[in-house]
Amino acid sequence: MQGMMEVFKKELADDFTRWRFLILFAIAFAVAIFAIYMDAQYIKLAVSDTRFVFLKLYTTSGEESLPLFIMFFVFFLPIIGVSLGFDAINSEKNSGTLSRLMSQSIYRDAVINGKFLAGMVTIAVMLASVVLVVGGVGLRLIGIPPSAEETMRLIFFIIVGVVYGSFWLGLAILFSIFLNRVATSALASIAMWIFFIFLFAIPMFADLGGTASYIMMQVSPIALFWESATVLLVPSARTMAQMLNVSMSTASPFLPTSALSIGQSLLTVWPHIVSMIALTAICFAISYIKFMREEIRST
Amino acid sequence: MNSQPLIETKNLTKKYGEKVVVDKLNLSIAEGERFGFLGPNGAGKTTTILMLLGLTQPSSGTANIAGFNCTREPLKVKRITGYVPERLGFYEELSAYYNLAYTARLNGLPEAQVSKRVTSALEEVGLIKTAEQQVGQFSAGMKQRLGIADILVKEPKLAILDEPTSGIDPKGVHQLLELIDKIAKERNMTIIMCSHQLKQVQQICTRVGIMQKGKIVVEGGVEDLGRQAFSGGKFRIEVKLTEITSAVIEAIRKIAGVVNVERSEDTLVVTAQTDLRPQIAKAVVDSNGLLVQMNIQSYALEDIYLKYSEGQ
Ligand SMILES: Nc1ncnc2c1ncn2[C@@H]1O[C@H](COP(=O)(O)OP(=O)(O)OP(=O)(O)O)[C@@H](O)[C@H]1O
Ligand SMILES: [Mg+2]
Repeated sequence: MQGMMEVFKKELADDFTRWRFLILFAIAFAVAIFAIYMDAQYIKLAVSDTRFVFLKLYTTSGEESLPLFIMFFVFFLPIIGVSLGFDAINSEKNSGTLSRLMSQSIYRDAVINGKFLAGMVTIAVMLASVVLVVGGVGLRLIGIPPSAEETMRLIFFIIVGVVYGSFWLGLAILFSIFLNRVATSALASIAMWIFFIFLFAIPMFADLGGTASYIMMQVSPIALFWESATVLLVPSARTMAQMLNVSMSTASPFLPTSALSIGQSLLTVWPHIVSMIALTAICFAISYIKFMREEIRST
Repeated sequence: MNSQPLIETKNLTKKYGEKVVVDKLNLSIAEGERFGFLGPNGAGKTTTILMLLGLTQPSSGTANIAGFNCTREPLKVKRITGYVPERLGFYEELSAYYNLAYTARLNGLPEAQVSKRVTSALEEVGLIKTAEQQVGQFSAGMKQRLGIADILVKEPKLAILDEPTSGIDPKGVHQLLELIDKIAKERNMTIIMCSHQLKQVQQICTRVGIMQKGKIVVEGGVEDLGRQAFSGGKFRIEVKLTEITSAVIEAIRKIAGVVNVERSEDTLVVTAQTDLRPQIAKAVVDSNGLLVQMNIQSYALEDIYLKYSEGQ
């Protein structure tokens, strides 16, 4: 498609040189390194189950509670996605560059697609490099290399993370099309983020009964990611839906049950991934409809 | 050569809600023409241009450029059209070179030609020394010249310049207009230039259209315009007499070439096609009037423009 690759290349270069990106990247590394040191100490003390030792690097945090690493990305990937997209269109409108851009012979969607793709690649690079760094440091600390299955699980974790981050990117771009002020669109994206976190957190604090929590799990991207990441990185974990089927007990998803094979894990998370992609597609559809017919004026 | 005009609009209309901003515009511009688009603020010039580029949708009517429908085939239109918006939208934090190279690449220019094209465009407008400087550091004049270079990179058939001289000092305006003139003539480029400044349009344009409230009220070459606007009268002669009698007025009216005679206090304002001072003097004397003074003025386009800008 004409122009999309050019927009993509420019935006990618822009993304990597923006201060906000560099700061977030630095934070991600700092937190990851911090988490790994905590975890590694714990693993050294209590390696009883020798299976999936390497994955424990990412999922153990001293207790049988929420894996720090996953939790970090649950909250952090939206910030990355939003920070890459919240001013995608409106800042170009405000500075008048959109007029010049759109007067070149390119399709309008080339701009949205190019920007989205660049953001996606940025998210992927960031996530992959954090996972690699944690792996590298962890390898030195515990001295056990990852098995083939563990590697596969990590790769799928990265893919799920990119899908999740991209949803937030798509949402942020949507707001940047509808809201002309950069501050407003940033605020709207953050508000959505808090809203979804709230939805996600309700089942933890209030007993809504199985079905209500189950429905929330299906629509909240935060829940979708959290579940699929957990299933991928903690092979013994079960999703909410599976637990509901097994028993209605208040069992923690980290109960030491038998581990799922990677095939079973993927089968479990597949609907989650599809749901997240569908949510992103909705954002895109609305963005297209609005942007395609919009007037582009330079003043 | 085909006789079909390069740009043609048919009943082109744009409404914002109930407000009609462009009203059944029928415009036709031939290839190689340099069209000056004049009009007061809010006349609808920019809106017309946006419709020509497919950047906004007409409420009704059509616009064609080189046979392509501007609304349905904007890509083909934009391929052959260069546009300098009212507000030049350059990426301020990027270099002049990068900004132009981006334009070249977006238009599908092969990578091997990008550098050559951009360099020669920058040379042409005299910005080659500041090619690597951030556009944010450019002065208004430099930015406008960069806007021209941005068009050159595309090598278009048609260039649309929306108020290219805003915010520039008189000397800069002169240089910029000369630059546009030179470029247009060298490449036989069709030009549409929007402006409020009549003299500037006069300097480069072959044809002028004055827009008001969404309509072109007068259109044509500078000469034709004068005739249209003043129903043939190009000269304005003020005749001062000691006493104005109806006999004098009658006598002057009878002179061949006099278009109109108006009385304001002790002077007569005569509109005429040629300089009729001797004839008027004779007529006054013949009808026993006493001539005090006589002034002649030829109407400039400025007056025409003012006449249409004021008469709202
Ligand atoms: N989105 C919009 N909604 C409603 N009215 C609009 C909109 N955009 C422009 N207008 C109105 O359309 C009219 C014409 O605007 P336009 O920009 O075409 O004028 P112009 O001739 O270019 O004026 P100027 O010389 O000031 O640039 C103005 O009265 C303006 O208020
Ligand atoms: Mg305008």
